[in-house]
Amino acid sequence: MTAAPTARIASPTGPASVVRRKRGRFLPYWLLLPGLAWLIIFFVVPMVTLLTTSLQTGDPFNGYSLTWHWANYSDALRTYHAQLIRSFEYAAIATVAALLIAYPLAYAIAFKAGRWKNVLLVLVVAPFFTSFLVRTLAWETILSDNGFVVRVLRDVGLLGANGRLLATPVAVVCGLTYNFLPFMTLPLYASLEKIDPRLVHAANDLYANSFTAFWKVTWPMSMPGVVGGTLLTFIPAAGDFVNVQFLGAPQQQMIGNVIQSRFLVASDYPVASSLSVMLMFLILVLVVVYIRRAGTEELV
Amino acid sequence: MPEGSLQDLRLVGLTKRFGAMTAVDDIELTIPSGSFFALLGPSGCGKTTTLRMVAGLEEPTTGAILIGDQDISRHKPYKRPVNTVFQNYALFPHLDVFENVAFGLRRRGVRNVKQQVDEMLDLVELSGFGPRKPAQLSGGQQQRVALARALINRPQVLLLDEPLGALDLKLRRQMQLELKRIQVEVGLTFVHVTHDQEEAMTMADCIAVMNAGHIEQLGSPTDLYDNPSTVFVANFLGQSNLVRAQVTGTDSDNLLLNVQGNRVVVPRARSRAEGTEVLLGVRPEKLHLAPASADATPAANTFTGTVLDTSFIGVSTQYVVRTAWGQEVTAFAQNDGRAALVPPGADVVLSWHPEHGFCLDASEDLTAGVVIDDEADVRPTAGART
Repeated sequence: MTAAPTARIASPTGPASVVRRKRGRFLPYWLLLPGLAWLIIFFVVPMVTLLTTSLQTGDPFNGYSLTWHWANYSDALRTYHAQLIRSFEYAAIATVAALLIAYPLAYAIAFKAGRWKNVLLVLVVAPFFTSFLVRTLAWETILSDNGFVVRVLRDVGLLGANGRLLATPVAVVCGLTYNFLPFMTLPLYASLEKIDPRLVHAANDLYANSFTAFWKVTWPMSMPGVVGGTLLTFIPAAGDFVNVQFLGAPQQQMIGNVIQSRFLVASDYPVASSLSVMLMFLILVLVVVYIRRAGTEELV
Repeated sequence: MPEGSLQDLRLVGLTKRFGAMTAVDDIELTIPSGSFFALLGPSGCGKTTTLRMVAGLEEPTTGAILIGDQDISRHKPYKRPVNTVFQNYALFPHLDVFENVAFGLRRRGVRNVKQQVDEMLDLVELSGFGPRKPAQLSGGQQQRVALARALINRPQVLLLDEPLGALDLKLRRQMQLELKRIQVEVGLTFVHVTHDQEEAMTMADCIAVMNAGHIEQLGSPTDLYDNPSTVFVANFLGQSNLVRAQVTGTDSDNLLLNVQGNRVVVPRARSRAEGTEVLLGVRPEKLHLAPASADATPAANTFTGTVLDTSFIGVSTQYVVRTAWGQEVTAFAQNDGRAALVPPGADVVLSWHPEHGFCLDASEDLTAGVVIDDEADVRPTAGART
């Protein structure tokens, strides 16, 4: 009497359903496969290639071979430390400038724009509709020696009679700031937009004037956007080479330009690779320290 | 301690217009210092706008707000001796409970913050919750933090904007008693905005019933309930049976009425109506229901009718009775075991003590302030119906 119901219950858990359950358990891994394959082909393989190349010796004519030549790193650093430091300086200045421009912009779009909100957001993204190169070339025209900007600055005496903007650090930093501004604005907007304006009212009610309410409520609550925006600006800006190429001069060369010319002009693959590895490593260290300091994980 | 009457909150001719819409219409109100005062009304009646003007989050179109004899109506919110418990608490999500409560003290540069915050967390029974983030608290606990955050500043007036609206029914009941206890303990003036008449009656010493931007009636909960002065109040605070009546005469203390041939006596002091056409009101629980018997004497203050519906709800039974002239009235009977349940279809006599009737102006809409659904936020008002 007890055997019959047991048998009936047992029957659905026969071999067929065991197979089904097994397949179910492995399904998530199958779904991972395309992404995993992509990462292996386009991230792991190039990384290994880059790391091994950075330890090779040889010359462009006879080819390079892996000799574990660690001195490539010290040689590269000795020759190009100025460009490396300059890259981080320019990127930092451009990041701060972009933050100063983007924060009020994002704030206005999030809280003050009303029905113009969507139009303004489209305008922020609009530059992406044309190519990065074309936009940077446009800046070359804007800042050119007989352009409007230079003429006005000469007239008001901010530039000397022969002063110029092109081929100066100012032009390079301006270009970097401009090009990465949307990357700063959008994360800032996203986190500002989420802040309930009633929290600011509550702060006002609790004896905070507008300024204090901003520093104690709005600013800390927008930190995820600040961290996100600064990273999205700083990282690509540090490795950029286009802005110097069009707006700068050899004196403003950044590490991106060095890597580009070592790779493509001098075919000095080991040094270019070691510079790339160092750039990547330094950015990684800076980012980790920055995120730790900013404590973003506490801000839900 | 400041002299009580010197710190009263006074609203003088307070008006707020949004474009063509008048949200608050020339309100005159004195809220005594140290009282628990409720602004009660349906949504859109202007009660929250009034509160926001007192808090400084909205600027009055005309009129003044005074605390004592100081006009604060043009002061910035952060300059007012007023704090608010917001509807959805508006706790700062990036600060822990301790820092939320300490926020006001820190802005004013007060010393011994830690001791004061700990005392306040004790008062709202949240000691030990200091290091938690608001997101880690339940609704009731967040509500207490919001209360502590406002109370710690010892404002001259504490404003509560539907403070219990987001809580479930059981917790709401519990917090009502708690709020009252805390108010008595700290002795500050509480101004409480709500659309829940039961909440207002449970807690407040004095209630102002608001409708369409003005105050319908002001008084203690018992006063408003027993002696409403308008149809809106009679219907919004509890339920009322309202029937049309003609005034046939007066004697020394009473009005004599004729309701569809029935003689009715109402004390003159309980009449707010003028003229010969009036509305007679009786609360359902004041109606005594008895089976009709053969020896019925045509006494004053009785109606005869037929029971349409009998709903037994435990402590009481709710009857819907159709009167001889076809109007439906409601009567509540306590289930104290003295009377048997009257089944639908039975003929009954409804009677009431003359002291329990009231007369209202007959020109008013009978359905003004009727509460359709107890849980719903949107309630029809006199304005919405006409």
